[in-house]
Amino acid sequence: MSTDSKPELEIDLEKLSVGTELPQRQHSATNVSLFMYNAAVWNAHRIHYDETYTTAVEGHPAIVIDGPLQGDWLSQVALNWAGAQGSVVSFGYSNRKASYLGEVLTSGGVISAIDLENRRVELTLFIKNEAAEVVTPGTATVSFGEN
Amino acid sequence: MGLLTSEHLASIGTPEPSIEVEIGRREIQKYAAATEQQQARYIQGDEAPPMFVFNLFSPISALADMRADGLARGKATGPKLPLKRIMAGGTQINQHMPIRPGDRLFGTRKITDMYEKQGSTGPLIFTVRSLAITNAQGELVLEEIQTSIAR
Repeated sequence: MSTDSKPELEIDLEKLSVGTELPQRQHSATNVSLFMYNAAVWNAHRIHYDETYTTAVEGHPAIVIDGPLQGDWLSQVALNWAGAQGSVVSFGYSNRKASYLGEVLTSGGVISAIDLENRRVELTLFIKNEAAEVVTPGTATVSFGEN
Repeated sequence: MGLLTSEHLASIGTPEPSIEVEIGRREIQKYAAATEQQQARYIQGDEAPPMFVFNLFSPISALADMRADGLARGKATGPKLPLKRIMAGGTQINQHMPIRPGDRLFGTRKITDMYEKQGSTGPLIFTVRSLAITNAQGELVLEEIQTSIAR
């Protein structure tokens, strides 16, 4: 389950500032949500649903929250901020540290560059754990079309 | 470390056969529900969010071909790795046009790099794969670069 931030903000490129924080959102994966995600992406890797196997065989402390699911949550920071006004033309992330079922993760970001001439905004994004460690850093480029 | 052989390195750059996928609204809706999308266009399945393409162009393996860890035997391109525990490492996506229901898309994957690092718990092998997705008109729709880590 995730707590919602409000998408579809009205964006005026001229009024944006580098350093402005984007709305944050909390994500609490559950066995059900991980089942749904892994069914949707056709991934049967047991570290996402079989606790005994995950801990005893692969040596994780608990069920692993999918790295690409965190990547999706991270992409949603940009997608929700851009809304229908902008297009996320590129984004990327790096899974730096594993996260486990029971952890509450927080997605968010900040405006890192504004290119008024090309109507593009660069975002620096993150997924943090409860210890405030960035487990998944990322970036996105949002295009607001031609002048 | 020397875990990667010349056979592994020779697999870099060889494209896999292209896989065709017809995009379905219901599949987008399922993905949107599972990932708690907030944009109506994704929830209603009018458009796919960019990460919808994750694993979309992987071969679908028979149950008999699944390994004990739940991953498909021989699914990955190239020779088998000496390390078997696989973790996601990250993704870079460049999207050139939206993906919508009814689109017929063609995905072509290939390994673009393989390298070793020493992790805190032992050796790691990084495999970088690119995916190029084109539509029925041959236009480039989306490019993905994905890194997986074997430990």
